[in-house]
Amino acid sequence: MMNEEIIIAGFGGQGVLSMGKILAYSGMMQNLEVSWMPSYGPEMRGGTANVTVILSNERISSPILNLYDTAIVLNQQSLDKFERKVKPGGVLIYDTNGITKHPQRTDIKIFQVEAAAEAARINNLRVFNMIVLGAYLKLNNYLKIEHIVEGLEKSLPKRYHHTIQANADALKIGMDIVKPYTVLVS
Amino acid sequence: MELKDIIKPENLVYKRTECLTDKVLSYCPGCGHGTAHRLVMETIEELGIQSETIGVASVGCSVLSYDFMDVDMTGAAHGRATAVATGIKRCNPEKYVFTYQGDGDLAAIGTAETIHACNRGENITIIFINNGIYGMTGGQMAPTTLLGMKSSTTPYGRESALMGNPIKITELVAQLPGTYFVTRQSVHTPANVRKAKKAIMKAFDNQKLKKGLSFVEIVSNCNSGWKMTPVTANKWMEDNMFPFYPLGDIKVDGELVKK
Amino acid sequence: MGELKLMKGNEAIAEAAIRAGVDAYFGYPITPQSEIMEYLASEQPEKRTGMVLLQAESEVAAINMVYGAASTGKKAMTSSSSPGISLKMEGISYLAGAELPCLIVNVVRGGPGLGTIQPSQADYFQAVKGGGHGDYRLIVLAPASVQEMADFVGLGFDLAFKYRNPVMILSDGVIGQMMEKVEFGEQQPRRTKFDEPWMLTGKTPDRPHRIVTSLDLEAVQMEKHNLDLQAKYKTIRENEVRFEEIACDDADYIMVAYGSSARICQKTVKLARESGHKLGLLRPITLYPFPSERISQLADKVKGFLSVEMSSGQMVEDVMLAVNGKVKVGHYGRYGGVIHSPEQVLCGFEEFLSK
Repeated sequence: MMNEEIIIAGFGGQGVLSMGKILAYSGMMQNLEVSWMPSYGPEMRGGTANVTVILSNERISSPILNLYDTAIVLNQQSLDKFERKVKPGGVLIYDTNGITKHPQRTDIKIFQVEAAAEAARINNLRVFNMIVLGAYLKLNNYLKIEHIVEGLEKSLPKRYHHTIQANADALKIGMDIVKPYTVLVS
Repeated sequence: MELKDIIKPENLVYKRTECLTDKVLSYCPGCGHGTAHRLVMETIEELGIQSETIGVASVGCSVLSYDFMDVDMTGAAHGRATAVATGIKRCNPEKYVFTYQGDGDLAAIGTAETIHACNRGENITIIFINNGIYGMTGGQMAPTTLLGMKSSTTPYGRESALMGNPIKITELVAQLPGTYFVTRQSVHTPANVRKAKKAIMKAFDNQKLKKGLSFVEIVSNCNSGWKMTPVTANKWMEDNMFPFYPLGDIKVDGELVKK
Repeated sequence: MGELKLMKGNEAIAEAAIRAGVDAYFGYPITPQSEIMEYLASEQPEKRTGMVLLQAESEVAAINMVYGAASTGKKAMTSSSSPGISLKMEGISYLAGAELPCLIVNVVRGGPGLGTIQPSQADYFQAVKGGGHGDYRLIVLAPASVQEMADFVGLGFDLAFKYRNPVMILSDGVIGQMMEKVEFGEQQPRRTKFDEPWMLTGKTPDRPHRIVTSLDLEAVQMEKHNLDLQAKYKTIRENEVRFEEIACDDADYIMVAYGSSARICQKTVKLARESGHKLGLLRPITLYPFPSERISQLADKVKGFLSVEMSSGQMVEDVMLAVNGKVKVGHYGRYGGVIHSPEQVLCGFEEFLSK
């Protein structure tokens, strides 16, 4: 049985919700059951935003979760909040940009993706979230890349379809730069 | 000559319009509502639009107007008649839709609905009876009650410092681009009845031409609420109401009338 | 098979409304349900089906526009969230009194007062006990998925016209804001027949004029009208109860939960069974009529019921009435905009067991 429970969290404007949307669309392309549950409201306008995405081959029960298989976190607040919400043996992916207090848990798998730095380097900040998503895809092989591209087509308005190639390239960058992080036990 | 020789079609000088029911009016003797009802229904009869008309009654003395007007009608919640009429007209643009409202309904509790229906330029006709008082509930102060005028909630007369000022909502809605025809009439003399009839006819004609909202105020007496005889009430209306609520067209064919 | 889409619950309601051949939507923006009107506006329903869409000046005006449209036999709807629904309550009472069909969507947020914009189920009493003034009931549907948000638009109008009664979809911020797969049926035509004797269509010579009203100054007449309404509600209770049972067959205890809370409890059932509790879930789909009879039957074979709601305990009163003292009944729930997690519900259940 396949059941993947993911939280993506960061600042509003980092593309957190749309990253979740692309995952959900991609899951739908593969005939999986999907749910996408955002935090909503004024907190999103410049504040923190998060979205819970569930992909499963069974009917999804609760769209609201307390623990996750994977947490993708993009700022310090989200790291502080969601590191402890990863199931033992689960995965934490984070961007080191702006992080001063790194993860501490040793019972989960932790990965870093320097997506903000990479997006700045290639001078295309808009694809930041796709680099992050690429990191996730590298670690999980249940979603096919062509379905992700289809998901992009579905979730992007037509006027942005010329950016699909750049986004697909960014996914590959994320796959290349993601690296494991080992917590040093003192 | 016997009675049956007199009652002949050729001797008929006046009759109930077909668009009023046989039901006896519930209004006080001397009240303007009866005449206003008749004028609206006569207009509908003359235009031949009984089967195409849907009316909206409001809350107040005219709450039972749907019993007297022989057209399909609905009773709206207090103040909401123009919203109800909007719902009817938007879904049935081919129908003639009118509201029949008093001053408490239209200019106090229903001010928002009135202003916004006018501002949207809903293609409806509003008949607004202004008698400066809450008649049905027993003569309380209305938004249109004149300064100094006594009512059961202003027993010593309306004071602006305490109770605010009477509102000229008709002048107010005339300022809105959505209104096409705005007028103030009365029905207390035969001459005024004829003018009011003409205005109501124009208001329904505008609807046919899809010109936007027509708003016909009828300044009326409320001899019971004012605690006067019908004759003195009409005199008091001429002396006190008309100076503050002057009769005449305020906006015609979408243009404000220059005074 | 219809068209499969990934959509928010709120958007699904809007798309379903167009496809169900709804004649008019009147609304006023409020979080967390503004997507309904926004989606409709972007879809230009006047071009797709001729459906009327109008943003009113207030919730009060919107519900009265619904009243006007409904009095002419049109399929009219509105939507709002808790504070806005309170404003609509006057109009809803008039719609119920005048026996007009319509659909009202409440995407509930935390209260009281302006409250919060986060999800809640604290409007249960308001929805199922009447809400406005007078002795009346709404038919209340509680969707637990985006698919049901869509499906209940058509179902809601079917029931509304069958019984000439307002129908409410009682949703919340979770179901409104979440995206799931949703399958839509074919485009249904809008109503073309307006031949019911209550519909205002314009008086013709062959019939008396029609009056739509909730007023009767004669108390005896009004009592008769009330008796007719009560008889109608009885018919509704006898024929329209809908619910879903999950793992109830061998259950020692049963949770009763609706809407998003029922989704959360589904996971709790799984967690509870992993830790050895025979826990089941009864999900009312109609909150009015309430599945009282079924709960009463189940009370003969289980040890207790736990009502799980995002409120301080409202539906629990109806569960208690149905159980009628046979077994113990408890309540668990976070509220004020806080959503309980499946694990928290399990803790709540274990605490209930120990009492």
